[in-house]
Amino acid sequence: MTKFQLITKGLIKENPTFVLLLGMCPTLATTTSAINGMSMGLATLFVLVLSNMAISAIAKVIPDKVRIPAYIVVIATFVTLLQFIMQAYTPAIYETLGIFIPLIVVNCIVLGRAEAFANKNSVVDSACDGLGIGLGFTLSLTVLGLIREILGSGSAFGFKFIPGDGILCFVLAPGAFMVLGYLIVLFHKLTDKKN
Amino acid sequence: MEYIIIIISAIFVNNILLAQFLGCCPFLGVSNKLSTAVGMSGAVCFVITLATLVTYLLQKYVLDVLGIGFLQTIAFILVIAALVQMVEIVLKKVSPALYQALGIFLPLITTNCAVLGVALIVVTKEFTFGGEPHMLNLGESVVYAFATSLGFGLAMILFAGLREQLALNKVPKSFKGIPIALVTASILAMAFMGFSGLV
Amino acid sequence: MAIQSSFKNMVLCLFGVCVVCSALLAVVYAVTAEPIEAAAEAKTNSAIAQVVPAFEGTPVADTVNVDGTDYPYYTVSDASGVVGYAVISSGSGFSGPVQVMVGFYPDGKIYNTSVLSQAETPGLGAKCVEPEFRDQFRDFDPAVKKLSVTKEGGDVNAITASTITSKAFCAALNGAVAAFNAISGASMPVDVSSGASVSGDWEANDEGGCDAGSVDTVAAGGCDAGSVDTVAAGGCDVQPEE
Repeated sequence: MTKFQLITKGLIKENPTFVLLLGMCPTLATTTSAINGMSMGLATLFVLVLSNMAISAIAKVIPDKVRIPAYIVVIATFVTLLQFIMQAYTPAIYETLGIFIPLIVVNCIVLGRAEAFANKNSVVDSACDGLGIGLGFTLSLTVLGLIREILGSGSAFGFKFIPGDGILCFVLAPGAFMVLGYLIVLFHKLTDKKN
Repeated sequence: MEYIIIIISAIFVNNILLAQFLGCCPFLGVSNKLSTAVGMSGAVCFVITLATLVTYLLQKYVLDVLGIGFLQTIAFILVIAALVQMVEIVLKKVSPALYQALGIFLPLITTNCAVLGVALIVVTKEFTFGGEPHMLNLGESVVYAFATSLGFGLAMILFAGLREQLALNKVPKSFKGIPIALVTASILAMAFMGFSGLV
Repeated sequence: MAIQSSFKNMVLCLFGVCVVCSALLAVVYAVTAEPIEAAAEAKTNSAIAQVVPAFEGTPVADTVNVDGTDYPYYTVSDASGVVGYAVISSGSGFSGPVQVMVGFYPDGKIYNTSVLSQAETPGLGAKCVEPEFRDQFRDFDPAVKKLSVTKEGGDVNAITASTITSKAFCAALNGAVAAFNAISGASMPVDVSSGASVSGDWEANDEGGCDAGSVDTVAAGGCDAGSVDTVAAGGCDVQPEE
């Protein structure tokens, strides 16, 4: 696979949210608005790229039986790093996302890519893979957030174009499950036609 | 009295799955059958309570004392991973029957964000169960963790029951599997919203 | 592919990974500690600038204790003297504390409010951040109007479907008013029934006998109301005359 294919496959073919159904917790919890969804996606992207690179670099010297704990430590390090950086430079977003930043550690996407891709491939390829999957995750979170924001608060990316309250339910928990469900259906429909 | 408020709040009002979205992977992943859902809930219940107890003590008597709070995430996840391993080994020796029932779910729990989530919430968030905002003490933390995991079990088992019924029904092709489950979860979440304002 | 999984290798490797990671984190922690503090300070400062009238110089931080609760506050002044106070106070919201910074004119009227932190439901309680709700507190005079929701006979329009948050906001404001009274030494009626953390026995405005006319030793301005029998801090040493 070329580098370009590695990056683009995460967008549609192996989209982590709509096809692989990974990382559901942040997907459902942080997509109350397009901006929140996008921030969460980018935070995950950051961790994913760095941890993929680091793990592919050290995979050779990690004994097989302790690889999972070692990977988790590496991932947790980058997550904590991200926490500090966000706290210092984007405190508002850090507060909005709250507990879901440290919870990137247990996002199955990150550990999943480490196991399935990074420990068998070169550093550059792993970075591309992380970038691709991360972009796919960011894209789907942004779309989900955007739809919930439009329906729920009548605005898009914070820009309000419908006065009043919108359908509140979509910002709350039930809306998260429902919009995600319908989006997956739509995604299946669209990709089925293509094949 | 405060313990009762904590329990009701954690099980119904702020249900960990349907209101806080922690632990959604097993919620969607292993809720096909009622029996597996019960097994998973039992294992999660056990691990969350134990993990919260240990991480609370770790935070209070190690990380805070040494001033290395920045290692919180790493320390917690390692403790949880080690704890899950240990529970698995102990269970295998002490109660093979229980191990048979819970065994296959235990390794999955390390990456269940509900466990790390509750451990982190307990030491970072201020709670206001009816009174003044305050940090939880050890007893409250453990009760909160246990009640939260009961809420996890409740939602999980209800959802598995619904999905078993769903499997018997005709569902449009594109909705098969996860999508219809998500729509069902949405309605379940709506039902749980009825509890809001209870405490 | 990987090296042998002997016990020694495993221990060494895990230990090595942990040490390297902790060291890396310690370095980054040290590097970012300053920007993190600066960011927090910038947030406080921008909140202060928002809630008090225009001022010069830097706000002076202090703490006041009212009935066992500590209220951090900032005093701001310009060339002519103190122009306002910004008090930090919180109330119990739907899903955690709602922390509010309340700015006062020196005469006790509220200038503006700013929500410092809250975890309320998006679309419902979280609206307490928006100006649509907060603007009703601009130039709100706690001595004249009642700081509780209309449902309880007060003068505050609650957020639709978020009475708990609105009450928490009022409770925070009542706490701030009590703190302000302690700071300035003046006395304002505080609505105790709305769940504020003040348990003092402030009396209503028209019951006391302390209007400016009957007091001949008024030292500081701003004390023209209420009986001052429960003033916690000094600054206004007026005793009501019988």
